[in-house]
Amino acid sequence: MVKKGTFRVKSGLAEMLKGGVIMDVTTAEQAKIAEKAGAVAVMALERVPADIRAQGGVARMADPEKVKEIQAAVSIPVMAKVRIGHFVEAQILEALEVDYIDESEVLTPADPRYHIDKWAFTVPFVCGARDLGEACRRIGEGAAMIRTKGEPGTGNVVEAVKHMRLMQEQIRAVLAAPDDELMKMAKEMGAPYEVLLLIREKGRLPVVNFAAGGIATPADAALMMQLGADGVFVGSGIFKSGDPEKRARAIVEATTHYSDPKILAEVSAGLGEAMSGIAIEEIPPHEMMQVR
Amino acid sequence: MEGTIGVLGLQGAVREHIVSLSRLGVAARAVKKAEELDGLSGLILPGGESTAISLLAGGGLLARLREMGRTGFPFFGTCAGMILLAREIEGQEEAYIRAIDITVARNASGRQVHSFETVLSVDGIGDDVPAVFIRAPYITRMGPGVRPLARHEGAVVMAREGNVLVTSFHPELTDDLRIHRYFIEMVENYEREVRQ
Repeated sequence: MVKKGTFRVKSGLAEMLKGGVIMDVTTAEQAKIAEKAGAVAVMALERVPADIRAQGGVARMADPEKVKEIQAAVSIPVMAKVRIGHFVEAQILEALEVDYIDESEVLTPADPRYHIDKWAFTVPFVCGARDLGEACRRIGEGAAMIRTKGEPGTGNVVEAVKHMRLMQEQIRAVLAAPDDELMKMAKEMGAPYEVLLLIREKGRLPVVNFAAGGIATPADAALMMQLGADGVFVGSGIFKSGDPEKRARAIVEATTHYSDPKILAEVSAGLGEAMSGIAIEEIPPHEMMQVR
Repeated sequence: MEGTIGVLGLQGAVREHIVSLSRLGVAARAVKKAEELDGLSGLILPGGESTAISLLAGGGLLARLREMGRTGFPFFGTCAGMILLAREIEGQEEAYIRAIDITVARNASGRQVHSFETVLSVDGIGDDVPAVFIRAPYITRMGPGVRPLARHEGAVVMAREGNVLVTSFHPELTDDLRIHRYFIEMVENYEREVRQ
């Protein structure tokens, strides 16, 4: 008997991506550059987060034509983003057979109250989170992979660091708590009790947790890995930089050898200009993507 | 067994293999550089993205692994690991370690929506082995010295030649330790031969 779309099959692909870099791409050509640099997957989208931020307007799922071009160009997994709550965009991407769907705060939310019921799909989903409660709610809805939200399109790693540290701290608290305090903890975090039980059983989050949102340099990637990330997403950081090929390769090497400062020094040298970046304080509150 | 088994730790499901080996009481460690291969009794090449792993392994590590393959060193490759060990890869001019005389087709089971789990009959292990296939490669040609150990819908998904074992699927994603135990026995036999 053959079973497709089980949670083990969905989360299993994310396990295979561990220690790797997933790169945002907007064309087949960029996808090839990413694959050649050692990306473990590419994220197909219309505009990178930095451009969405600069240009404004409603950001939607990529044109299926573009997704198909990117799928045809590479043999690594192809992911694509849908608006939060837009389950029809997700149905379309599933029909295109993308390998993973990112229900993403980078796009303009389609539903201000509800996320997609991800159990209803065969294709797996990754979702962003700022803390453990949010991560557990997404897992409760069927997400098979989690990533920090950070603050996308800023080239500023501070928010991703904040989210990763908070999640790790909260996981430690869940593991240390006596049984009779767990329900209260679930209530306070806004986390499904059953997911907290899974964390205690496994001794860690039951799915892979990547870092995302503001990673722009090899050192940023290695920092997130040392803080406990299973891998990294790089959005605008590569194709908004001076030398995308070289930077992509350097971030891949840094993610693998994240605990070896000698290698980090080597790969960080002479990469040309990084994306310019934005201080979080300069972003008006209504333009923050992570609160979506 | 007394020796240590390494797990190629550049990228992929490294932790899962280390956990499976530890549960069987075998010492295991991740390997990222050529010099870290010294002193190992066997090596597991885990699932991951074969293109990424091969780039990260670069010249030095791959060359060293190729050399070890020629001396009969025990390797076990799952999914991407099988691709790295194969002599030929369909649609690709160059292969990597070439330690087992098979040809593999990458992503033969299709994109992720076609990934699946099932139960396999594995020669010498049992007819109830759980197997998780994720964008899995299949074996499309076997040299005369290669023994097929399991099939799925006609395609060979597990094989062995000498001290090299390969699976299309991921035993490390299940709680079933029989395939890891099978590899450990291969490593023990190899150690005995080397000592004699």
